[in-house]
Amino acid sequence: MDDHADLSFQAGLRGTLQDCNWESQPKASSTLPVPLSEMKSSVLTVKRPFSTSRSSVDPKEIKKFQLLAQKWWDEEGEYSALHSMNDIRVPFIRDTLLNMSSNYHLGSPLSGVKILDVGCGGGLLSEPLGRLGASVTGIDPLEDNIRTADQHKSFDPVLSQRIQYKSSSLEEIVEESMETFDVIVACEVVEHVADLEMFIKCCSQVLKPEGSLFITTINKTQLSYVLGIVVAEKILGIVPEGTHEWEKFVPPEDLGRLLESNGFSVKTVNGMLYNPLWGSWSWTESTSINYAMHAVKSGAQGHSSPTDAPSETESEEHSATAGTAV
Amino acid sequence: MAALCGQGLLAPLGGRSLAGPRAPLRFRAAVAAAAPLYDVVVSGGGMVGSAMAAVLGHDIHFHDKKIALLEAGPRKEYNHVPDTYSNRVSSISPGSATLLSSFGAWDHVCSLRLKPFQRMQVWDACSEAMIVFEKDDLDDMGYIVENDVIMSALTKQLDAVADRVEVFYGSRAVGYTWPLPSHSCGTSPWVQIELADGRRLQTKLLIGADGHNSVVRKEAEIKNIEHQYDQSAVVATLHLSEATNNNVAWQRFLPTGPIALLPLSDTASSLVWSTSHEHASELVTMDEESFVDSINSAFWSNVNHSDFIDTAGAMFRSALSLLRPSGSAVRQLPPSVAKVDPESRVMFPLGMGHATEYVQHRVALIGDAAHRVHPLAGQGVNLGFGDVACLAHHLSAAAFNGNDLGSLKHLLKFETERQRHNVSLIAAIDVLKRLYSTKLAPLVLLRTWGLQATNALPPLKEQIMAIASK
Repeated sequence: MDDHADLSFQAGLRGTLQDCNWESQPKASSTLPVPLSEMKSSVLTVKRPFSTSRSSVDPKEIKKFQLLAQKWWDEEGEYSALHSMNDIRVPFIRDTLLNMSSNYHLGSPLSGVKILDVGCGGGLLSEPLGRLGASVTGIDPLEDNIRTADQHKSFDPVLSQRIQYKSSSLEEIVEESMETFDVIVACEVVEHVADLEMFIKCCSQVLKPEGSLFITTINKTQLSYVLGIVVAEKILGIVPEGTHEWEKFVPPEDLGRLLESNGFSVKTVNGMLYNPLWGSWSWTESTSINYAMHAVKSGAQGHSSPTDAPSETESEEHSATAGTAV
Repeated sequence: MAALCGQGLLAPLGGRSLAGPRAPLRFRAAVAAAAPLYDVVVSGGGMVGSAMAAVLGHDIHFHDKKIALLEAGPRKEYNHVPDTYSNRVSSISPGSATLLSSFGAWDHVCSLRLKPFQRMQVWDACSEAMIVFEKDDLDDMGYIVENDVIMSALTKQLDAVADRVEVFYGSRAVGYTWPLPSHSCGTSPWVQIELADGRRLQTKLLIGADGHNSVVRKEAEIKNIEHQYDQSAVVATLHLSEATNNNVAWQRFLPTGPIALLPLSDTASSLVWSTSHEHASELVTMDEESFVDSINSAFWSNVNHSDFIDTAGAMFRSALSLLRPSGSAVRQLPPSVAKVDPESRVMFPLGMGHATEYVQHRVALIGDAAHRVHPLAGQGVNLGFGDVACLAHHLSAAAFNGNDLGSLKHLLKFETERQRHNVSLIAAIDVLKRLYSTKLAPLVLLRTWGLQATNALPPLKEQIMAIASK
């Protein structure tokens, strides 16, 4: 997912499961029929008359990203680093899934795979995955992003069919999408999420047993503060200023622990490094700044087969157990 | 979707405006929203364009993609080779042969007709200097193949992937409309192509393989550095005086231009004689006997030798043989020609050209559209096949990464790789052409010694062969 779009998950108040009175938020009423939202609010916790959001939509942040909503597809523009991130994250996702499956066609490697792209932004990641044959559902709380994404895919009849975009947060689709997806990709999202554990629980709910979860995010280290915020935002302007808050960065150990305690098994952790000179990403051993993680939801039996400990290497050798149709 | 297109197109467009002739197309393009969309369209169905379409059609990562090939001429294919040889032949390098076999076309070529050669002798008319190329293991250095044979093989392999590659014969593109580079609201991001018969196509990537007068290149406003040589080439099919183990390619540099004899069989060879326009017209119109005499005399006569150069050359050769005893081989004489095939004499003008850019957003140039060389090095079509191999490699990787095929990112990689390879070779061929076009003693001496020295240095020769066999 692309950082900017999923600021809906950013919160002033962390750790509380807040129901959002969506009627007060401009975008929500346009996406949910009223009866459904009433149902949801009764299922989830206490309604608060004034809320920052269920998963905390900060109006300030929304406004900032509304300005950038048209800029997604300018490869040399504000989002150029995310465009070039596709060069490593798409092969990573593709090869991991190919390795886990014995039944695929190289001409359409992700054919038959249902993917949820959480915080899809303008669709930068959804489109390549769609081209590789997957059926992609892209969700993003910012309507303008969804509008941009819809328009961009509209010219390509193949992509139009394979990708569906929806203006929504993750929690909102849980109800209708229980155990629906083979794969979830949450790229550059979790560092914006208010309640990470809830986010992971929701992922687990919409993911089929033994489905894959791919997360890319930023580590919480001194180095990530210096390079990820000071240099990237303030000095080089690779990332629009104010995008990230160091406080919300997630160390891989914490993320791994949260995943493991919520029914996931972490398979791979890889560091990622951005080279501002060439504008290109590469894999690296160190996870001090950016990193990618692949985890698999445990199977219906309750545990996945014995696997190796998360390896630092790039190639995924092991496959999931009684194969998921991935 | 059509509504979006229409709305965007009819709204005033800021930013880059395309030239006048294309403006009318813009408004009609609202209708073009229904034009079929291809992933790749190759414009130009010659050897290079057809090979491009065939390679992509056979690529596993293009399994679900739609490719179109536009060719102005008719379909070319035969199951049996005609008895006479065609006068248009190409010297196919081992690298090109590898490309053609990668999608099964080389087998067809072998089953039709080709002539491998193991040796190449190049020498000067103004001196005794010469250079001989051959591989250590006497492997095939290259193959002389008729262009029609190659086309027939390519057509067969295009048929084999007809579900992916649609070939439009008798179709010429008359107009192209380019998309705005950064995706603005509402306008189609694809290249619009208008055919002569009014049909329209859209494509994510347009590959221009339409020859040295490329329309794609002109419409894309890519600057082309070009130069017409003061030479024309005369081609003909010749019959030798006696059957011989015809496995050597011969080329002699006359002051008027190089004359080459390329083996077709044990009794036949193909002629490529680059010379002044006037001389070329004479050669094409003179009677057959005189023509044959001219050829034999061109190869055998020493009228251009001067004592000075001969002595200087001999001295240099003895000096070389002191340093490298085995340095210089004996000059062999090419076979003599007895007659020429009646209708086979044709001439065409020569020139050189190089496009300053090979790629733009959603456009790539390959073959003569990107670069045009003098035939003296037998490189023309091999450079084109090299472009095909390189571009196909990058497009295949891009497709496997789910990338937009028209994206400049991987197109630029293709351009850099090919320009690096092509520019020095094209420049070298041009220099050779100019160097060998003179009788002036200093330059003759320079090239005589240069050639003798090169001939005596195996590493240098190997390098040259390596570059030429790609």
